[in-house]
Amino acid sequence: MSVTKTDMRNIFLAAAAFAICALLPFGDDGYWLGLGVTVAMFTTLATSWALFSGPTHYISLATAAFFGVGTYVTALGIEILPFWALVGLAGLIGAVLAALVGLATLRLSGVYFVIFTLGLAELVRQVITWVQNNTGQKGLYVLTDLDEAGIYWWLLGLAAAVFLAGWLIGRSRLGFALRIIGDDETVAAHSGINTARAKVLLFMVPGAVAAMTGAILAPRYVYIEPSLAFAPILSFQVVIMALLGGASRLWGPLLGVIPFTFLIEAVSSNFSNQTTLVIGIAFLVIVYFIPNGFVGLLDKILSRIKAREGA
Amino acid sequence: MDILITGILLGGTYALIAMGLNLQYGVARIMNLANGEILVAGGYFAFIAFTATQLSPILTIFLVAPLAFVLNWLIYRLMLQPLVNRAKNRGQLETDSILATFGLSFVGVGVMLSLFGGDYFSYSFMAVPVELLGNTYGANRVLSFVMAFLICGALYFWLNHSRAGLSIRAIATAPASARLVGIDVKKLSALAFALGGAVTAVGGALISTYLTLDASTGIVFTLKALIIVIMGGVGDVRGTIVAALLLGVLETVVASLIDPGLTLAAAYVMFLGILLFRPQGLFGKQTT
Repeated sequence: MSVTKTDMRNIFLAAAAFAICALLPFGDDGYWLGLGVTVAMFTTLATSWALFSGPTHYISLATAAFFGVGTYVTALGIEILPFWALVGLAGLIGAVLAALVGLATLRLSGVYFVIFTLGLAELVRQVITWVQNNTGQKGLYVLTDLDEAGIYWWLLGLAAAVFLAGWLIGRSRLGFALRIIGDDETVAAHSGINTARAKVLLFMVPGAVAAMTGAILAPRYVYIEPSLAFAPILSFQVVIMALLGGASRLWGPLLGVIPFTFLIEAVSSNFSNQTTLVIGIAFLVIVYFIPNGFVGLLDKILSRIKAREGA
Repeated sequence: MDILITGILLGGTYALIAMGLNLQYGVARIMNLANGEILVAGGYFAFIAFTATQLSPILTIFLVAPLAFVLNWLIYRLMLQPLVNRAKNRGQLETDSILATFGLSFVGVGVMLSLFGGDYFSYSFMAVPVELLGNTYGANRVLSFVMAFLICGALYFWLNHSRAGLSIRAIATAPASARLVGIDVKKLSALAFALGGAVTAVGGALISTYLTLDASTGIVFTLKALIIVIMGGVGDVRGTIVAALLLGVLETVVASLIDPGLTLAAAYVMFLGILLFRPQGLFGKQTT
């Protein structure tokens, strides 16, 4: 665990980049800040998603479920606890839920995991709707003095924490174990790695992060109801963004988040009925044309340039 | 008692849909997440045929089946075969096919939304009561069940008593060895995938006679079919049918005794039980 000169440089550059991003609310507090919040939200979600799914190749569609749980933690607790405590609590609950889901499915093949996470958001939504119907509640109001800029800074802080965590995991024994699992699970098991434990532990990271993101964003919605908090489309958007950028590098998803946010923004404001179609096409484009994401394309171009220089 | 029968009637159609998915996953090794959209498309077809020309859905299925067969054959040949060729191992094929069929599923929903709009559609076909064991049920449900039963039976017979069925079962058991004994795996995989799609579309046409569907309900059916397939065991016709009937009954019990909004939760409880206690399927043998 030694920190080299390049590491120091990268940390410094990343800190500088975050500092510049943090200045956004002073430049504009209307349209661009709103877009900034969206970008920060998806960067956090997609990067934490790739932390788990990048090395293991397991496609998690649980983001919307954890996100929704997070918004409900804020919505239910805003009168009782301070906001920062709610964000922490949401993270804790998200991690525990992720551990439970992981324990049930990650011992088995990846397909079971995908299917289970696919319906998870819908399942939690049904249960919450049922509870609300029985208790006579409909929706919840979240009224805070947190404005758009505050939400933006919270998200930026969370994003920075995710990047830092990703960097630390990449250097740890756990990160190494996961890379071996991703390459060949049999080899990993034979070299004494407890594969199920490693996967469950890592799955708790995106679970916690998605719940915290939901908790932070709850004040933005003001009125929380199940169909809004658990919109399943969120999970798919996160998958597309992470894979479009490339899940093999820590900063890869960021390359997918920015163009796709603009694309969806443009499509939904001009042809709002075609969002599903665009998401479908995005999936197909990723599978057939850029299976390794923009990061993969970049690597290919760089190696080609190197080869030409060598020749 | 009437809950049990309603559940079994529903389970019959579920069995048909899950059989379609099982053919696609067990033989062609493609986890087809666009299965539900094929189902909804089948339902739309029956709906349009019935409202435009009064064509009975029972006759429509003879049109739906070949159309869905050709469509699914094309999908497999053009879109999924390249993935099969490209994949270095089973895991990569699984990931690729999941992503690709998700893409197809969303494209399917998008296309149907722009063609038909987002409204629910339903029509009234044979909505007359029938008496069974002292209780009354919709004739359309009973008829759908009978049709599903006949089709499942025919499939079962075909798989177990024909040369092509034998080859298909061989591929499902051991794809690599099947090639060694002279089975054209590529051709039969495409055939099984297309057949699975046709069966699912027929299931959609049948289910549309008594359930309201809309362009985006496909995913719910995909999920249920997946749970049934896992529960019944991949490639296991008998297990699929039993699992489908169980799901149908459990859903009806939950819907009528607790809350109709909790049907998915019922399916998940069952799914969780299977994952924890019998991940190899109901009748599956323990593998090491």
